[in-house]
Formats: sequence, C-alpha cells, structure tokens
Amino acid sequence: MEHEFRQSVRRAVNNANLTGALGKFSEAYRVNRLKAYEGLDFEALRSRIAELKSYAASHLDLLAELFKQNAEAKGATVFRTNDPAKVREYILQVARDNGVKTVVKSKSMATEEIHLNPYLEEAGIEVGETDLGEWIIQLAGQTPSHMVMPAIHMTKEEVSDLFSKEVDERLSSDIPQLVKVARGQLRGKFLAADMGISGGNIAVAETGSIVLMTNEGNARLVTSLPKIHIALVGIEKLVANFADIVPILTALPKSATAQLLTSYVSIITGPTPNSDGSLKDMHIILMDNRRSEMASDPKFRQALQCIRCASCLNVCPIFRLVGGHVFGKVYTGGIGTILTAWFDELKKSEDIQGLCIQCGNCKEVCPGKIDIPELIMEIRRRLVQEQGLPLLQKTIYSVVNNRRLFHGMLRAASIAGKPMASGGFIRHLPLFLADLTDGRSLPAIAAEPFRDRFRKIKQPAGLPEKAAFYAGCLIDFAYPEMGVALVKLLNRAGIEVVFPDAQTCCGAPARYNGAYEVAAQNAVDNIEAILGEEVKYVVSACPTCTVALQHEFINTFESLGQTDRLPRARALAEKTVDFSTLVKRLVDEGRLTLKEGQKLGAITYHDSCHLKRTLRVSEQPRELLQKAGYTLTEMFECDNCCGMGGSYSLKLPEISAPILQRKLKHIKETGAPTVAMDCPGCVMQIRGGMDQDGAKVEVRHTVELLAEQVK
Amino acid sequence: MTTMGTEQLFEQFKARAEGVSAEVHRYASESEAVAFVLRFLQDEGAADAPQGYALWAGGPLRDRIDHDVASTVAGLKLAVSRELAADARVGISQVEWGLANTGTLVQDSTAVDQRLVSSLPAIHIAFVPTDSILPDMGALLTKVDPQKMGYITMITGPSRTADIERVLTIGVHGPERLVIVCVDDMEPDGR
Ligand code: SF4
Ligand code: SF4
Repeated sequence: MEHEFRQSVRRAVNNANLTGALGKFSEAYRVNRLKAYEGLDFEALRSRIAELKSYAASHLDLLAELFKQNAEAKGATVFRTNDPAKVREYILQVARDNGVKTVVKSKSMATEEIHLNPYLEEAGIEVGETDLGEWIIQLAGQTPSHMVMPAIHMTKEEVSDLFSKEVDERLSSDIPQLVKVARGQLRGKFLAADMGISGGNIAVAETGSIVLMTNEGNARLVTSLPKIHIALVGIEKLVANFADIVPILTALPKSATAQLLTSYVSIITGPTPNSDGSLKDMHIILMDNRRSEMASDPKFRQALQCIRCASCLNVCPIFRLVGGHVFGKVYTGGIGTILTAWFDELKKSEDIQGLCIQCGNCKEVCPGKIDIPELIMEIRRRLVQEQGLPLLQKTIYSVVNNRRLFHGMLRAASIAGKPMASGGFIRHLPLFLADLTDGRSLPAIAAEPFRDRFRKIKQPAGLPEKAAFYAGCLIDFAYPEMGVALVKLLNRAGIEVVFPDAQTCCGAPARYNGAYEVAAQNAVDNIEAILGEEVKYVVSACPTCTVALQHEFINTFESLGQTDRLPRARALAEKTVDFSTLVKRLVDEGRLTLKEGQKLGAITYHDSCHLKRTLRVSEQPRELLQKAGYTLTEMFECDNCCGMGGSYSLKLPEISAPILQRKLKHIKETGAPTVAMDCPGCVMQIRGGMDQDGAKVEVRHTVELLAEQVK
Repeated sequence: MTTMGTEQLFEQFKARAEGVSAEVHRYASESEAVAFVLRFLQDEGAADAPQGYALWAGGPLRDRIDHDVASTVAGLKLAVSRELAADARVGISQVEWGLANTGTLVQDSTAVDQRLVSSLPAIHIAFVPTDSILPDMGALLTKVDPQKMGYITMITGPSRTADIERVLTIGVHGPERLVIVCVDDMEPDGR
C-alpha cells in the first residue's frame, strides 16, 4: 500500500478533533435517523427509489433528451456533454459573454468533481461558495471531508480563526455569532453576484424541472438574485416523472441529516422573471462523465441509484475513524470509493478500496438500495484482473489452493508456534497471520486440529439424521473445541455429524482480496467434498464460512461467468445453515433440551457482521442464551464491526485497532463477565483484545456456552 | 388509512412546524389574522428605517385589505423591490398550501417578489388557508403543476445550519423566524 496513503490514514486516526466529531455525530445519527423514519416503511420507500432510479439509469439517453426538450420549451438552455473539460469551458463562455465578474455557488458535488472553482478563478472570476460549510472549506483552502457536512472535521476555534482573518477582527468562537458573521459577509456577495451556479438534487425529464434542497436558504438566493443561473447536474439525477420526486424528497433529508424535510425545497422549471422584469438567463448542464458507461455495466449500474444522502458514510465504522480526506478530494466513504473509481479512474481507488472492511452497515441504510460492499469487492476483483496480485499474496494463495500443502503448513505451525505460546496465545504466527499483535494477542495453532480430534469422538449409534460439519480454518486449526461442542449439541438432538475430510478454506480471504479465481477453486473443492456426503444439513459455526457456502460460491461463479458450476453451488447453498439457526430450530421442535432453572448471570452478545447483515440472524443466539439461563445485557452498538475483517486487521492495523478498542469498551461497560458471539474470527479478535487489555471478561463462542448447558 | 379532517391536519401541521422552530397561529377570519400581524409589527417596533420595516408581497389577501389603512401603519410597505427586500426586517407573503406531515409551507413563487420577502428579511410571516393544509407531499402532487409554476417553493421552519461542529443554529442566509398564520375563513381566490 502506498506510503503516502498510509500516512494520511495515520494522521486521520490520530486527529482527535476529527475522530471525536465524527464519532459523536455517528452515534447520534443512528438514533435520530430511526426517529426520522418513524411510522414509515423504509423498505418499501427505498424499493420505490431503487426502482425509479434504476429505470432512469437504464433510460439515460431517452430521459436526457426529454429533459432537454421540456426545459428548452420553457426557455432554459440545456447543454449535455460527457466531458468535464467541456463543462468548464461552457460555463466560462457564458460568464465571458455576459461580463460576469463574480459568481455565487450553492453546494454542488458535480462542480467539485470537475474542479470548477480553480478553473474560473484562474480566468479572473471571483467564485464564492455560499453553503456555510463549503465557505469555511474554501476559506481554509481545503476540500470537503463529508458529502453533506463538508467542514465536519473543523472545530469552532478553527472556524473563528478563519473568519477573524476574513473580517479582519478578532472574533470569539461562539457558534451563533460566527454564523451571523457568515450571514453578513455572504449577503453582500449574493447581492452583488452576476451569476449563480447550483447543482441539482433531482432533474425531472417529464417537466424539465430541477429540484434543489438546502437548509440554509442559499440555493434560493443563488437561483433568485443573480440574473444568470447555471445548474450543473450529473445525469444520474434524472428521473422520469414529476411524481418521482416524492419518494426522493421523503428519504433524502431523513437519511442525510435525520430531518423530516430540509428547510427549503425549490422546484425550478424554466427561467422566471428577475426583479427588474427581465427574464433570467438559465442554463442547465447535463454532465455525463462516464455515467452512461457505468449504466451499461451490469454490476455498477446500481451505483446510479445513489441520491447522495451520505448515510453510508455516517454509519461506516471506518469513515467515522478516518473521515473524508483519506478518500480523496471529492466523493468520500464507501460510495465515494465507487464513484472515484469511475469518475476519476479505477487506479485512483486502489488504496481507498482497501479501507472497506465489508461490514455491511452501509447497505442496510442506503435509500438507493445499493450493495456498496459488493461493488467495492467488484472493484477489487477488477484491480486484480488488471494488475495481478502482489507476489506475496500470490504465494499465499497458491498454498491455500493446495489443501494438503496448506493443512500441512498449519500443522507445522502448531509445532513451530508452541515454544512461544503462553496461556493459549502466541506472539507470532507463521503464514499470512504473521506480523500482527498490535493491541491483540493471536491464538496459538491448536496442537491437534479438529479434523484429528473428530476421529476420536464417539458418536452414539443409530442417530436418525445426518449433518456435515463445515469447520472453516479457524475452528479446524485454532479453536477445535468449538467443533467438539457443536458435535455434542447435534448428537443430543439426534443428528450424526460427518466431517468431509477434503474440505478446505472457504475462499473468503482470497475473495476479499479480489482473487476470484482462487476463491472459485476453493469453492469447487469444497462443493465436491461436501456434496459427496449424503446429509440433511451442512452446518457451520463460522458466519463468514456460512456466507461463503450460502451466497459467495454462487456469486463468485457468476462473476467469473462459470455458469455450469451454479447448480451444484445452489444445491450446497440450500442445505447450508448456521449453527444458531439450526440449534434454535431443534430446541423449538423439542429435539434438544437445555437444563432448566439455571442462573448463569449476565452476558452480553456481539453481533458478527456476516451473521447479522448477510444471514439476518440476531435473535436466535440471544434467545438460546437466555433460555440456557443467562441474563442478557445489551452493549452499545452491539452490531458494529469488531475490526477483524479477516486479513483487514493485518493490512490496516491502525484502523482495526481503534475499532477493536471501541468494541472492548462497550463490552466492558455492560459489566457482564462474559461476552458471547457466533464467529470464531470475532472470538479471535475480541479475545485477543481482552487478553492484552487485561480485563476479566470471558470471550466465548455461543456454541460452547450452549454445549455446557445441554441436558 | 382514514382520511384526516381539517382539525387533525391542522394539529399535525402545527406540531410538526413547531418541531422545527416555526411559530404557528390560527385565526378564524382574515381581519383577525391581519390584525394579529399589525399588532406583531407594532410589538416588534416596526419603523420605516432600514432593517426596521416590513414588506408585504402581492397576493389575494394583501390585495383585499384596505390599502389606505395599510399605508398609515408605521413600517409597513406594500411595494416590493430587491433593494427594499434587502433592507427589510420582516417579509410577509401568502402561501397556497401546507403539508401536515412535515409542517411545510408550499408556494407558487414564480414571481420573484415572493422569494425576496421570504428569503432576505430576518422574519418571514406567512398566511396560509387552514383548509389548504394537505396531508403530505403525495397529496400536493395533484395540486401543483410545474408547467404552470416556474418556481415552486417549500418552506419547513426557519433557515438553519449545523455546519460548525454539528451545532444546530437558526438563521443563516434566510429568515431566523418563521411565523405562520393560518386563516380558517380565507376567501376563495379562484385557485
Ligand atoms: S461495508 Fe462497512 S466498511 Fe465497507 S463501506 Fe460499508 S459501512 Fe464502510
Ligand atoms: S450510496 Fe446510498 S447511502 Fe450512500 S450516499 Fe448514495 S444513496 Fe446515500
């Protein structure tokens, strides 16, 4: 990873103002957003938005043409181009033709995208940002750090310094006072400006209207006071019908700032008279800049469903640590990574795509229903396709893809690691787990992997049903006791467990690094190994593995166009179930009974990303643990990522570590002596963290806790 | 869903508008509503000096009041210009609709005067017919036609920002006070 990039990450993580402001905001945001949506069916609303935006994305040409006709019929001039340079030239030409000296702007990402301000300023035109946040950024000579709150990284003291310089008077850092100063300063600019430049939140093809939303009221002034108005609109803002604005106006303010509606909405259809009776000179620029190309890409088309609410940033555990600047100059966060890869170039996303830990938080709240983590994975895949894998990774994967060699090395590691092991932890692990103990101890490789221990387990004879156990690398080689617990539970419910020996890595590490070919080979090996058994269920106690078996094998084959492999992958997916869901079912059916009347004390539960957001399992383990006799005490942000993310914690320890610290803090705050979770990866991360922290909190997999309480 | 009556719509509208710091008043007749506004101006110390007067943009209600009487009110002007608006303390206008579920005002503001009085002064007073409060934006769609209205404005509370340290601050570029006057018995104006 680029040295410069690593440095910017480190700078951001160590910037207490930034992480403090973002952290506080993101905590409040989650609560307020829910409140704003109270009484509304969010799923229905976002399905409607996704549908209408997706329709627009597949009819961009038609809608752009319609928009042009309708807006021009009303007297506006519409200019459509693919080329950012042409946009800049067009705006400058209009300015020159009219002797424009000063311009006021309301917030527009599209103008940032084409770096309009420096271009106009170089041509001798004074450009004033009027959105308070944008103005602060402009005075500071910076770029926005958040799509909706551009200056969220700055303190009131910094703002007061900037304003003091601007008005040449020492100002206090009283916020209402600072806002008054801004009002006074910008008022003069509004009244004097020859031209107003705005963006557009929505462009309606049917009527030729553009819709602008602001809270400050600056867009109303920008579009009302100067005699010339230019609206720069990315063509993804097009919708077919006037009625389509309703769902977008309903969702955007709630998702963006948890408001029911922004203070002001302007729907502008053609030029209207100025105060001196002349007609406004109105131009609308429909900018493509690769959006059409994006629309014809079957994977990335959905990114055009974005309504730029930035809620994906607000809920992202990475964004709230590093803020926007790490992502680059224009679009930030998860969706920003995707937009940068397209509107700038794929290469530019090389570093930032690695910031995504694939926790899925953003996908849950996106009002455009965009699968952001999936698209980031696709960027990874294409980067690997274009540039190949780094040599080290290549070597690792060639090992992982050779099951015997891989398992052999893991076995060897269990012996090599032994001298350094203390109390179940070691300081160094060979292979790709090398080199990271920062804030977390790593587990020792088990002396006897599960595959060997399994052979020694005596299962009762004549059990009516059969299940294949898919262990995954962590349970097999680091936590075999979890596998033993699972066998015990299933046996009690009358299920015999088989362990297909040829099972190997689920391919997640390769896939999450964009090495889809490697992941596909892993998938093929596993499908053959597991479907070779006559079983009713395929059960796993690792959500990442379960997701691989249930979804990702299929998805990987689809991405690579290996359609002939899909039927077997689907057959496997159908039988696959995560352990909590299966055990809950067995308990409900009365096939498995937990000891009664146990008083086991308080417990808190950590939701693993894949379990909660891909497999949609969160109640089952909680109910089981309570049934077993534990008293559940929920922690704050129980479903936020623990920072593990497979090899993420190895690649970006400076981000992973503070996320883990946050998780540990929330666990400890509950006062519960035990924290349960359903993922061996999370156990590794959190147990390692607790070990270094020294806190007396037991970190356990649900399967072990339940196995202790079965009758 | 049962359709809400005027009373319920008004109650929801009032609650939501107040929730975003608007002030909501209600009067049975036009004359009472106008009297309230004149009293309001007096209380605010309206005067003809810059940053002291009120500007009332054209509209059915303004056009119906007795202009001879209005011209005797201190600090009230009935003719709007950009220059006057820039120095006005209060802007008065009449809007066509309210939206109950968001506490929003909706106006056909194709005439720039309407926008000037509602965006430049520190206080904006808006009359709205109580029976034109619609349930939500969906209901509004059947009433507004962008082909006939070049500039439609929705206003929800006063101007606000949270751009400095996320602290909500009222009154940036637009008004810092939004005073809504609902009038029950507004004369029909051929809409
Ligand atoms: S998946 Fe998680 S880490 Fe990745 S962009 Fe979304 S919220 Fe951020
Ligand atoms: S991707 Fe979704 S959540 Fe993110 S800004 Fe776009 S619409 Fe909002």
